[in-house]
Amino acid sequence: MIRVQREDFDIGAELDKLTAGRSDIGGLASFTGLVRDFVGMDKAAGADVSAMTLEHYPGMTEKRLAEIEAEANTRWPLSASLIIHRYGKLTAGERIVLVACAAAHREDAFAACQFLMDWLKTSAPFWKQEDTANGPRWVEADAKDDALAARWKT
Amino acid sequence: MKILYFAWLRQRIGSAEETVTPPPEVTSVGALLAWLATRGPGYAEALKDLSVVRVAVNQEFAQAGDAVKAGDEVALFPPVTGG
Repeated sequence: MIRVQREDFDIGAELDKLTAGRSDIGGLASFTGLVRDFVGMDKAAGADVSAMTLEHYPGMTEKRLAEIEAEANTRWPLSASLIIHRYGKLTAGERIVLVACAAAHREDAFAACQFLMDWLKTSAPFWKQEDTANGPRWVEADAKDDALAARWKT
Repeated sequence: MKILYFAWLRQRIGSAEETVTPPPEVTSVGALLAWLATRGPGYAEALKDLSVVRVAVNQEFAQAGDAVKAGDEVALFPPVTGG
């Protein structure tokens, strides 16, 4: 299931829904992305970030997320999967994205979860603008993310 | 043809969406970008470095050699940064 929404989500409630009524699931892995309050890799070196505005391409976003989720389901035997991605203005500390994968065995759940994050980072049409101490700044795509996504190419 | 602009491309061009009628020889993504760049200083500035411009035609990622035609929805945006 995929959802693109402005509102926050309840991680516990979402994960419970994913496994409700099932007894064949042995592992549920999830990842939550949050708005970090500094630019770059190092808090001491980067400017402070107070908020972030996420822009997306309505229509294409849902299509790409559904394609990425379908791809994960062809690669791993998943019992259930979920992608929730927010847009709009989010303040530091707020949740941005939730990815969850359930499977009979943990290896599949972990791997699929990581795959979904790597692929959505590099191919879902979202853009982030940070409100920093030095003014607004568009987040640039990171070559590291391309490398992480490339390891899943078969 | 409907053109959509996102993120800093939208800001530099000063528009989120417009409908254009390119000349008949504009039949590829590459030719469309070259033609759009001639439409004004904002366009030229936004499209001066195509290594940081991505294109989708009818909501699918497209390359410079891919075809465009009347009625298409073409989106221009920077490399994506979701997640």
